[in-house]
Amino acid sequence: MSVTAETLRRTPLHDRHVAAGARLVPFAGWEMPVQYEGVRQEHLAVREGAGMFDVSHMGEVETRGPGAEAFLQRLLSNDVSKLADGGAQYSLLCREDGGVLDDLFTYRLGDDRYLTVTNAANHDRDHAWLAEHAAGVDGVVVEDAADRFAMLAVQGPAARAAVERVAGAELPARMRTATVAFDGFDALVCGTGYTGEDGVEILVAPGHAGALWDSLLAAGVAPAGLGARDTLRLEACFHLYGNDLSLERNPIEAGLGWACKLDTGFVGADALRGLEPAQTLVPFAFTGPGIPRQGNPVATAHGPGEVTSGSMSPCLAVGIGMAYVPVAAASPGTPIEVDVRGKVRAAEVRSKPLYES
Amino acid sequence: MAETYPEDLKYHPEHDWARIEGDVATFGVTWYAQDALGEVVFYDPPAVGSTVAKDAAYAEVESVKAVSDVFAPLSGEIVEVNEALADAPERINDDPYGDGWLVKVRLSDPAELDALLDVAAYRDLLT
Repeated sequence: MSVTAETLRRTPLHDRHVAAGARLVPFAGWEMPVQYEGVRQEHLAVREGAGMFDVSHMGEVETRGPGAEAFLQRLLSNDVSKLADGGAQYSLLCREDGGVLDDLFTYRLGDDRYLTVTNAANHDRDHAWLAEHAAGVDGVVVEDAADRFAMLAVQGPAARAAVERVAGAELPARMRTATVAFDGFDALVCGTGYTGEDGVEILVAPGHAGALWDSLLAAGVAPAGLGARDTLRLEACFHLYGNDLSLERNPIEAGLGWACKLDTGFVGADALRGLEPAQTLVPFAFTGPGIPRQGNPVATAHGPGEVTSGSMSPCLAVGIGMAYVPVAAASPGTPIEVDVRGKVRAAEVRSKPLYES
Repeated sequence: MAETYPEDLKYHPEHDWARIEGDVATFGVTWYAQDALGEVVFYDPPAVGSTVAKDAAYAEVESVKAVSDVFAPLSGEIVEVNEALADAPERINDDPYGDGWLVKVRLSDPAELDALLDVAAYRDLLT
């Protein structure tokens, strides 16, 4: 069954994508640009200059009230008490059994106000999970804020300068957030991203997204699609929910123990305490021809594993990916084999990131 | 390159073409196929000397995001593969009917030619 175009949601930038010659595809219930000129070209534009991604499909949840910090401390895996006003923090949302519901960035907008960005495919579930846990808790309001924001990720070594030119203002530092005045509207600018490059993510009211896009385009920022977003994040070894993270995997085996502060007593912490997983997620690169794909079986000297993300690296021009492998086979340099539709391909475990910055 | 379908080729509904020269045919994918696939980043050729069967997959081409089977428009034995595509698979996009050819095949059943489409019939299929 294919989803018909009528049922897909469109971002406020849809007309701009069409005008820019985008190839539009269904993604998590949205009609999204997968590429404009070409994945490789857009990938390199972000590595070498500046590219912008329409990520308006991503959701937002606002949590506010005098009890907001204590509430998020219980739901999010990281130490929310360490999140300063105007700061950004990465965390997981876990079930009691430690399975990962989503991976999230949370921005602290004020003393009692937080904005959490969700993955599009998980947004409704995340919001329901948070709202359900907030029910009956005094001093906490959880609100679905997805309709209030469009989101543009502007990434690359030249990205900050381009956005600063457009805004005529200084931008928040890496892992910081601030409201920035653009020509005619305010936007929340965050020093975060998903490419491994410097840059910002901009949350803006949907009605102003078009003007922001147009001014960034005029400033020389190249439109980039979800295809390049995926190859960029994979070279940087950032997890993709649904590939590298799922309800069946816990954050420890995913290599995200650093974002799990067990002492905070978050939902899922008890299940993760003392856990010594048999497998762990590693980046790898092919040493010969071929392209790994999600689901390919992996063979190691210490037992089997599985590829969770795979692609051709536009920077390295070899197949790269991430795979769960036995812990004993996880050291960089360990030779592994990947079965790509019946053909055994030679690979080796690498360290993060996969590309040379 | 712009969308083109040369008059002198025979076409297979799975978006493959054959250029017949005596008892040897060159195979490739059509403009439509390479456009649908996007930038080709990997082509794994079959072995010279292996046989291909009409309508069966004989190779794979991969874009960044997807893998696509390539189907043989005719049956026969592979006598040559396009080695240059190992280093430059993007030729399949840039020149699908020229430098982007995939294999040359010594045909085992020339009568199969009758089942292929001419350019007009193939274009009808695309609309």
